[in-house]
Amino acid sequence: MTDPATIAALKEAFPELGFSEFRGETRVVVPRSAVYPVLQTLKEKMAFDLLVDVTCVDYLHYRDAKDRFGLVYLLANAQTNERITVRTFVNDPESTVPSVVSLWKGADWLEREVWDVFGIRFSGHPDLRRILLPEEFTAHPLRKDYPLQGLGERHNFPVITRAES
Amino acid sequence: MAVDLPDNVVVTKLDELVSWCRKHSLWPMPFATACCGIELMATGASRHDLARFGAEVFRFSPRQCDLMIVAGRVVMKMLPVLQRIWLQMHEPKWCISMGACASTGGVFDTYCVVQGIDRFLPVDMYVPGCPPRPEQLIQAIIDLQEKIQREGTMFGREFTAPERQKAKLALREEGRMRDEG
Repeated sequence: MTDPATIAALKEAFPELGFSEFRGETRVVVPRSAVYPVLQTLKEKMAFDLLVDVTCVDYLHYRDAKDRFGLVYLLANAQTNERITVRTFVNDPESTVPSVVSLWKGADWLEREVWDVFGIRFSGHPDLRRILLPEEFTAHPLRKDYPLQGLGERHNFPVITRAES
Repeated sequence: MAVDLPDNVVVTKLDELVSWCRKHSLWPMPFATACCGIELMATGASRHDLARFGAEVFRFSPRQCDLMIVAGRVVMKMLPVLQRIWLQMHEPKWCISMGACASTGGVFDTYCVVQGIDRFLPVDMYVPGCPPRPEQLIQAIIDLQEKIQREGTMFGREFTAPERQKAKLALREEGRMRDEG
C-alpha cells in the first residue's frame, strides 16, 4: 500500500502525472523527461530507499498499445513498507532514459540487464555493458521482433573433432 | 611351433590388455549443468553405485579425468568453457552426452541454447531421456566399456582413423545445412 499522504505530496509536486491503482498498488505514469525528477523526489523527499527492480515490457503487436516499450521502476520504503510503481513509455529512436545509479547504487546491474535484453540505453550510467549475454552478441533478444531461435548465434562456434583434441 | 605355457600365464594382444585396463577405470568429469546432474549424482551414490563398473571416481579437474559426462543443457556462453575443459582432458578420453538437452537441445529450441553438443565436440555415447534414469547412464557406461574393449588401441589409432572422421564430419555438415536451409 502507498500512503495517501505520499500520493498527495507527489501530485502536488508533479501535477501532470497520471495515477492508477490495482489491488492496492499505486502506479504512476511519468513522461520520459520527468523520470529522473520524479524518482529523485521519491528517493530524497519521500524516503523510498529501496529500488526493488528496473524492468521493461515490449508492447510490439500488443492490443491497443500506443508505445513500444514500458519501462517499470518498482520502489519500496523500507521504513513504512510503502510500495510504488513508476512507469514510463519510450519509443525506439529516442529510447534513452536517464540513469538512476546516482540515486540507488543497485540500479547499476538492473539497468545493464534492461540494456542487454531490451536495448534501452541509460544516459549517465557509469558502465553500460552487457551483463547476461556474451559480449559479442549484437541483438537484444527479449524484443518481440527478435526470433525465438535467434539469428544463428548458437551455431557460431569452432568445431572440435577427434583428430584435433 | 608349440610353446608350453604354465596355467597361470595368458597370452593376449597389448592393445586388448591396455583397453581392458582402461575400460575398468574410467574417471568421469561431471559437467552437470541441469537436472541431469541430479541423476548423475544419484548414479554415483550408494543405491546405484557406479563403483561396480569402476567409474566412481568423479574428479572436478579435467586434468584427472578421461570421461566427460555432459549432463544438462549447454548455453552459448557455456560452450567455450565446455570446449576448453574437453581440450584440457588427457587422452585417451571419451564423452557421454547425457539427456535430451545435451544431445539435441531438448525442449530449449531458443536463441542461446546449443542444439546438441555433438555439433562442436566429439561424442561417443548418447543417453536419451529427460532426465535419464541412473540405469540408463549405467548402460551407457557399460556400452562405452564394450566400445573401448572392441576398438581401443594403445596409442589411440581409433580416434584418428580417417574413415571415422569423414563420417562424422559429413553428419555434422548435414545438420548445419538443415539448420541454414
